[in-house]
Amino acid sequence: MALLRITSPHTQRTGHRTAWIMQMVILATLPGLLVQTWLFGWGTFIQVLIAIATALVCEAAVLKLRGRSIMFFLQDYSAVLTALLLALALPPSVPWWLTVTGVAFSIIVAKQLYGGLGNNPFNPAMIGYALLLVSFPVPMTQWFGAYEVTAANEVMAFTDSIKLIFTGAIEGAHAVDAYTIDAYTMATPLDAFKHKEGLMSSEAFATLPALQPANINAFFWINMAYLAGGLFLLYLRVITWHTPVALLSALAIIAGFFYIIDSSNAASSWFHLTTGAAMFGAFFIATDPVSSCTSNRGKLFYGAGIGILIYIIRTWGGYPDAIAFAVLLMNFAAPFIDYYAQPRTYGHKEAKKGLKTGGDNP
Amino acid sequence: MLQQAQYGFHGGIHPPENKTQSLQLPLGQPPLADRLILPLGQHIGQASQPLVQIGEHVLKGQPIASNNGFVSSYLHAPTSGTIVEISEHQVPHPSGLPEVCIVLQPDHQDQWIERQPLVDWQTLSATQIIQHLSSMGIVGMGGAGFPTQVKLAGSEKHTIQELIINAAECEPYITADDMLMREKTDALIQGIQVLQHLAKPEKTLIGIEDNKPTAIERLQDSIKRLGANIQLIVVPTKYPSGGEKQLIQLLTGKEVPSGGLPVDIGIICQNVGTCVAVYDAVHLGQPLISRITTLTGNAISAAQNVEVPLGTPVSHLLQYADFDATELERLVIGGPMMGFTIADTSVPVIKTTNCILAATKKELPQPAPEQACIRCGMCEQACPAGLLPQQLLWFSKSQEHDKAEHHNLFDCIECGACSYVCPSSIPLVQYYRHSKSTIREAREAAVKADHAKVRFEARKARIEAEAAEKEAKRQANRAKAAASTTKAAAPATKPAPEKAAATSASDAQTILKKLKVELALTSTKLNKAQKNLQAAQESGDSDTVATLQGQIAELEQQKQAVQQQLESTHVESTHVDNATNVATPQTNKPAINASTSVTSAEVKKAKVALAIASTSLKKVQKQLAETPDDEALKEKETAQIQAIADAEKALQDAQQAETKLDAADGASPAKKPAISDALKKAKVDLAIATTHLKKAHEKLAADPDNEELKARVTSREEKLAAAKQALEQAQTQDQTHEKTQEATKEATNTAPVNTDALKQAKIDLAMAKAANKKVEKAIEKAKELDLPELAGLEQQHQAGLARIQTLEQSLQDMNQGKTQTAPAAKKVQVDNPQKQLKIDHALAKAALNKVKREIENRRKDGASEAELNTQGLLDKLAQCEDKLAATERQMAASETE
Ligand code: SF4
Ligand code: SF4
Repeated sequence: MALLRITSPHTQRTGHRTAWIMQMVILATLPGLLVQTWLFGWGTFIQVLIAIATALVCEAAVLKLRGRSIMFFLQDYSAVLTALLLALALPPSVPWWLTVTGVAFSIIVAKQLYGGLGNNPFNPAMIGYALLLVSFPVPMTQWFGAYEVTAANEVMAFTDSIKLIFTGAIEGAHAVDAYTIDAYTMATPLDAFKHKEGLMSSEAFATLPALQPANINAFFWINMAYLAGGLFLLYLRVITWHTPVALLSALAIIAGFFYIIDSSNAASSWFHLTTGAAMFGAFFIATDPVSSCTSNRGKLFYGAGIGILIYIIRTWGGYPDAIAFAVLLMNFAAPFIDYYAQPRTYGHKEAKKGLKTGGDNP
Repeated sequence: MLQQAQYGFHGGIHPPENKTQSLQLPLGQPPLADRLILPLGQHIGQASQPLVQIGEHVLKGQPIASNNGFVSSYLHAPTSGTIVEISEHQVPHPSGLPEVCIVLQPDHQDQWIERQPLVDWQTLSATQIIQHLSSMGIVGMGGAGFPTQVKLAGSEKHTIQELIINAAECEPYITADDMLMREKTDALIQGIQVLQHLAKPEKTLIGIEDNKPTAIERLQDSIKRLGANIQLIVVPTKYPSGGEKQLIQLLTGKEVPSGGLPVDIGIICQNVGTCVAVYDAVHLGQPLISRITTLTGNAISAAQNVEVPLGTPVSHLLQYADFDATELERLVIGGPMMGFTIADTSVPVIKTTNCILAATKKELPQPAPEQACIRCGMCEQACPAGLLPQQLLWFSKSQEHDKAEHHNLFDCIECGACSYVCPSSIPLVQYYRHSKSTIREAREAAVKADHAKVRFEARKARIEAEAAEKEAKRQANRAKAAASTTKAAAPATKPAPEKAAATSASDAQTILKKLKVELALTSTKLNKAQKNLQAAQESGDSDTVATLQGQIAELEQQKQAVQQQLESTHVESTHVDNATNVATPQTNKPAINASTSVTSAEVKKAKVALAIASTSLKKVQKQLAETPDDEALKEKETAQIQAIADAEKALQDAQQAETKLDAADGASPAKKPAISDALKKAKVDLAIATTHLKKAHEKLAADPDNEELKARVTSREEKLAAAKQALEQAQTQDQTHEKTQEATKEATNTAPVNTDALKQAKIDLAMAKAANKKVEKAIEKAKELDLPELAGLEQQHQAGLARIQTLEQSLQDMNQGKTQTAPAAKKVQVDNPQKQLKIDHALAKAALNKVKREIENRRKDGASEAELNTQGLLDKLAQCEDKLAATERQMAASETE
């Protein structure tokens, strides 16, 4: 009788594999994707397809080069998720090669060159995003407006979206202005508010097209969709509440503080939470487990740090939205935070800090 | 009376309970097995000492093995019958190593020995009852098997606030405690009352999971009926609520301090099975000879709980429960979370066996391939100890042991909750076990190095003191030698040296034998302690771990000391043997014999001193084993070790003097005493320096990073060089002197010296060969059993081979007629570095082999683990290969020279 000899434990929770976690996160983005497509047209949807295809090809190629089992690693869905998150963050109208570049950089450099899943210190999707934002600032800051407030007054048709993404131009009956996409795009509310050029807040909301209720509402619904997805993940315990709650509260508190001080120039907490990518960032980007903090207490510091950085960059920095940079900056700090935010172990009077031994006398 | 737990603990998991299967049938009573196998180590601590002999007939309940030290336990015959065997046998232990067992063949009379219950226990003192429990062989039946008397003895020094009875039984599948509580409710409550009498707690709490409603009901009923002052507290079903620390937290909100014991915070925790055993012992006078065990798993069709005599083989129970061998994939002793697998169904049920889980492939599938840690934190949410398992994994993998320790690795109770939830199927607990053992080894090595340092300093001081003394002695010897030449004709001195040599030879043999026995005993004890330690670690029993670690360190030291003694005695006995052999032809040289007799007497004296010192050391060590904390005794031990070293040194000196005299045999000592003394001294110094260097090298090889050792080696090398120079000087002097005397000396002296030397060389060679053969045999045995000593033996073997080679070489040289003293001495000089090189080479080879073997083992263990562990090993391998190449190069160089 050849009996199996292995050490305990001898049993494992079934069905909760890494791939399952990734799949659940992917599933949780669907409401956001649907709303985005519904309100702004097919652009995002097409970007997602391009991104996923690129990611799979890049991942397989690198795995082959590294001599790893391709199918084993592709099946963990991590590449798909990275691509999906990046595509969701991109403006719907960017040309295809931009998406491909971003995803390829995310997968090859930010993920695989660091040793693959689990070893990347930075969020790969945000690395890709930051690269594109720095290299191609113009296409990266053009966003579709909600159709009610654009010149076109309708969402771009599917074929037009494809043409736009693959050829850089659209033509034909649907377009009011056949050779430009300006009819469809405008600044995001955050962008518009940032560049209100001396206008008082109230004036800006009254005059700037991007700050019209229809546009603001569109972004509000997108944020709500991501919030719903995030709650779903919390319910499944795929993520814990610490990071998103800390991030959103920190953002709300700091925004509220400045709004109270100067309501004529600063935007309200509500505006900050619902018009940018706050929810998406809080539930889907900042919670990326690999590059974030790992202890519960650490996650609180980490999330709060991101929230504060978002506000700082949005308000005083050079970019309208700041999720990517805020997250990457906190990725830097994550290991350090982890050392200083260890939980208190059973039987110890207090939690240990830092890395030095000694000092703890239970 | 019935309460819900007010506190909680962090983390925990909810694995499928799988408890109903084994509760369908009532408590079974399988027929008696043909043979009961009773391991001597069924508990934490020292193995018991057999009280019976093969062929002896014993009655049920008769003690068959007794306490062997403080932390040990009695063992009793589970039924009447005959002892048929006392030998090594497979036992249920994670290590899979065999252990000495008493095998009992039942006579089916089941005839009890006279039982002596403590009817008036309520009037007896705690000490008396604890004594009784100890003689009844009661140990903790929950898992680790900690002797109950030891645990209770701890309560005498503390005021006990809470006596906690662990009835949680949180491991999936196991229902043994549940069944026990249903069947023996009153016995349980009365057993608790005995414990209350002993520990005098302010409160007594039973903690039970809410998935055992029947047991809860019966307990409530029984507590009321017996009017016991016990609170029943129901805790939610969550693994590992039955862990001692977690249950304490659930019931009291208190935490056992890290590295401490429950008794430190005024708590004693006992398992329900132990309470019933206490009842049996006190009320019925029955020792612990049977227990309730769960037979479950899908490979068994009649899953149930059974009450079985200890020693019943698992195979017997499997058959009784109707199992399907073709379905069986994994046989687990204990539960699926913390149990261990066994490969051999012949192992017996012991005092701690609470479950036998015969799982099919579908039930406990092979673990999925390990993926990368995605730092999802699920392990952290599950960890009941409040650790960061993912960080610990990271540090374990990267061998950053200090960081792992700083992240409280040693507070991990190895419950397996983290591994259970990990989505990447990482065998986290396995990594932690590995790291823990690595850290422990390093710690022990550090302790050893400290000891070595102290010893080294002491030795240095001693050697300096002795040098002065020796000088004085030498003066005296010289005078004596001069005197003896005048008495050369006196025949009365003739038989003395022979006899002296013979006596000291037999002396040495006896000491040698004794030492060997002692070494074997120490090794066995050490192995045992290590095994126990592992068990303790696996069960997370930090208290025992600490005691055992102390014990092991001590034993290892002891073993080393004995080994050293043995080595030196071996050399000695060889010397003495040779001396006896050589003595006979010498009888026609009375002049030399006279002076030899003086030194021989000295040798004898030194030997006696050594023997006395060894015996008293042994005595002290024995005492020390019994009372390991006695500082005074420890000091005594150190002093004795010192004394032995002194005695050895004196002996060596005497022997060296003797050998030198033997060698000087042919020379005419009266004529050139000054020069030959200088030569002698130089040679002795050289020999000593060489030995020291060799020793230092060996130590360094064993512990290559030790700066101190390195420094020592360098200083040794310097000394050696100085000694060589001195020798050379002396030799040139000697040669010139010799030349002037050549004419008179040559005819008479050279020949006998050479024949004697030749003879001795031959004997040496034969001895070395025989010794090496022995080592070879030992290696074979070690390989068979896969003992850890293998590497050491191989080193020894290699060193032996090197020695044989050198001996052969020198023999050849002698045969070729290189008879001149000076060239021969030079040859030795040349030989020494070569010999050293050879030894180095052999050592490097052995180390390389060891690493290779380890890597192979790792590879066998599975690809995933290999990925991690071979990393460090590969480095080591490369290092070893480099070293080997270097020694080879050196050897080639010295050969061409
Ligand atoms: S549960 Fe596994 S994958 Fe998740 S953090 Fe822990 S070790 Fe890593
Ligand atoms: S095995 Fe150790 S690290 Fe893992 S959950 Fe249990 S206590 Fe925590």
